[in-house]
Amino acid sequence: MTTSWNRIPRVAHAAEVTLNRRGQPLPGASHPLLAYGLGRSYGDVCLNPGGSLLHTRDLDRFIAFDPDTGRITAEAGLTLDDLLRFAVPRGWFVPVVPGTRFVTLGGAVANDVHGKNHHHAGSFGEHVRAMTLRRSNGECLEVTPDDTPDWFAATVGGLGLTGLIETVTLQLVPVRTPWMRAWSQRFDSLDEFWELDARAEREWPYTVAWIDCLNPGPRGEVGRGIYSGARHATTAPARSQYREPRRAIPLDPPVSLVNRVTLRLFNQLYYRQSVHPTARAVHHLPWLFPLDAIRHWNRIYGYKGFYQYQCVLPPHAQKDGMQALLDGVAASGQGSFLAVLKRFGDRAGPGMLSFPRPGATLALDFPERGNETEHLFRRLDHIVQEAGGALYPAKDARMSPDLFRSGFPRWEEFASFVDPEFSSGFWRRVTK
Amino acid sequence: MNRLQSVVILGATSAIATAVARELAEHGARLFLVARDGERLEPLLQDLRVRGDDASATRILGTTADLADVDAHADVWTQAQEALGDNIDAVLLAWGTLPDQDACNASVATTLEAIHVNGTSAIAFLAHIAPDFEQRGRGVIAAIGSVAGDRGRQSNYVYGTAKGMLATYLQGLRNRLFFSSVDVVTIKPGFVRTPMTEGFNRAGALWAEPETVARGIVKAMRRGRDVAYLPWIWWGIMTVIRLIPEYLFKRLKL
Ligand SMILES: Cc1cc2nc3c(=O)[nH]c(=O)nc-3n(C[C@H](O)[C@H](O)[C@H](O)COP(=O)(O)OP(=O)(O)OC[C@H]3O[C@@H](n4cnc5c(N)ncnc54)[C@H](O)[C@@H]3O)c2cc1C
Repeated sequence: MTTSWNRIPRVAHAAEVTLNRRGQPLPGASHPLLAYGLGRSYGDVCLNPGGSLLHTRDLDRFIAFDPDTGRITAEAGLTLDDLLRFAVPRGWFVPVVPGTRFVTLGGAVANDVHGKNHHHAGSFGEHVRAMTLRRSNGECLEVTPDDTPDWFAATVGGLGLTGLIETVTLQLVPVRTPWMRAWSQRFDSLDEFWELDARAEREWPYTVAWIDCLNPGPRGEVGRGIYSGARHATTAPARSQYREPRRAIPLDPPVSLVNRVTLRLFNQLYYRQSVHPTARAVHHLPWLFPLDAIRHWNRIYGYKGFYQYQCVLPPHAQKDGMQALLDGVAASGQGSFLAVLKRFGDRAGPGMLSFPRPGATLALDFPERGNETEHLFRRLDHIVQEAGGALYPAKDARMSPDLFRSGFPRWEEFASFVDPEFSSGFWRRVTK
Repeated sequence: MNRLQSVVILGATSAIATAVARELAEHGARLFLVARDGERLEPLLQDLRVRGDDASATRILGTTADLADVDAHADVWTQAQEALGDNIDAVLLAWGTLPDQDACNASVATTLEAIHVNGTSAIAFLAHIAPDFEQRGRGVIAAIGSVAGDRGRQSNYVYGTAKGMLATYLQGLRNRLFFSSVDVVTIKPGFVRTPMTEGFNRAGALWAEPETVARGIVKAMRRGRDVAYLPWIWWGIMTVIRLIPEYLFKRLKL
């Protein structure tokens, strides 16, 4: 059964078709269609209960590359992993990468994904120069930001609903080496985080913070953690061999390995890890994609799966709002493995439904514990909605239609671009 | 170690062959690809040219041909030699289909056609090129067989028969060409996640990705291995399966 990364919900599809060449007519739809990349979304944005999934993983061909300008065109099922493997030795890098490189170009466009360099480079969609979009009526639209701005704004961040993205043209950015220079530092409270961030963001194109949301800092409030910043290095270190370790969680444990005891222990250990206040060389793989080193890490939550809760709060509400969210989590005693806190830059994503926007974003993981979990989420929803924030559709399996509409005010404008034969579990749920 | 700088791949749009071609292109090889369907071959050639930094399309070439049509073989081989010159390092035979055993059970014609596509047509091609390799006294010929060829099972023995026949032919050819320093490599993949196996339940540890198998193929070709089970665990599995006495085996629902 095809699921998304967190394995909630578990739903059946009427048909699953693997597409393997561009221009291939889409299957005649007696039920709704939806493209599925590598299923690295959480929740039902890439699922289509009762409908058809169009698997894009075989649409993975390069089409053109200009080594002088770094502009690349490829089929939408190509993964960022393949793209980085291709580009880095040639001195180019993907301008925006999420926390895993096992996502497809199509998936990165459809969720308008963001990376640790949002304050510097914006979201993925800002670097897309063109796309081809196959509609269920057989039409193939050439979509560019200049010639078809409305289709562009609908398809970037369009959650796969405007049709099948067949090809993507992306502007890469130059790098000198596969290495980065990175530093990290502990902080004891959110106040310290904001201070650190204000100083770091101007100088460091990549920044992110991990928060221990179980254990209070020395002043008693939750919000201690580790802040890190990085940039692409201009020279490689002297001994510059790097081999990514290959570990995997081999099978599903019968119950979640994430529970109160392991969480507390993990967070303690994480906080105590060595930090590197002065910059040192690290390879881009472990720095940008720490979780990719352990294949199938989602299995640690067991068969029942888990949730990610990711929200963004606008600048005027971000400080109080983040503290309220963390306090809410601490009070619930459920705790999250690690909370990731990141301040977005001052630009909204190019898509009508883009999630990145000015403000700060917090992402939390929770094992599925039924009512208890839903109860906590309602509390967090309330804080987010009061603050005028939004939840990230790519990480959602449960937000209410009301919260979706308040977080994505252009949704009605967007709806007119939805392909009549396309739909998703997410879309049916939030537009109910 | 065999050089793999100029390689002919036949049946190139199959998932495993595509992955082999990509790996070779990334190492700068010159390639000549043959596939039946031009609409699938062209995008693949384009992909390989990008991966192989061959913007001017001089190193990565191909043609369309139906390799089940034995009469086309001479022309295909001539074109390959024209494209790559006389110093072809390696040839990989990768065409084939997975026949439906029930359909074969119901039709003699379907059975024979499946055996031709997967067996005799490959043997015809090998017979055609063997003298050239023999004469040049170097190079590697590899062909994709299957673990299904190791023992006939009710669920797919027509396919198994063709692949078994191919394996035996390769064995003889290996023996013959040994004296001309040409390596003949029999590839025996197990379960691979490809469009060919789309309808199967592909969960479980025995299913391998085409890229993994492709890396194994390239390695086996470089080293001139005789028989390569891919992934290697299939060597163990098939050894056990071959050892089951026939009077027991025939009672199994395999
Ligand atoms: C460990 C981990 C870390 C992550 N970190 C981040 C992060 O830092 N920032 C961030 O933004 N996200 C992050 N994500 C989420 C992930 O980047 C997105 O969910 C991404 O969109 C997944 O891509 P995919 O190819 O797996 O697409 P899927 O999850 O399969 O699909 C996602 C959406 O894209 C659509 N889609 C896919 N292909 C096409 C196509 N060809 N045409 C049209 N629509 C298509 C689907 O219909 C669906 O709506 C993370 C996920 C994981 C597992």
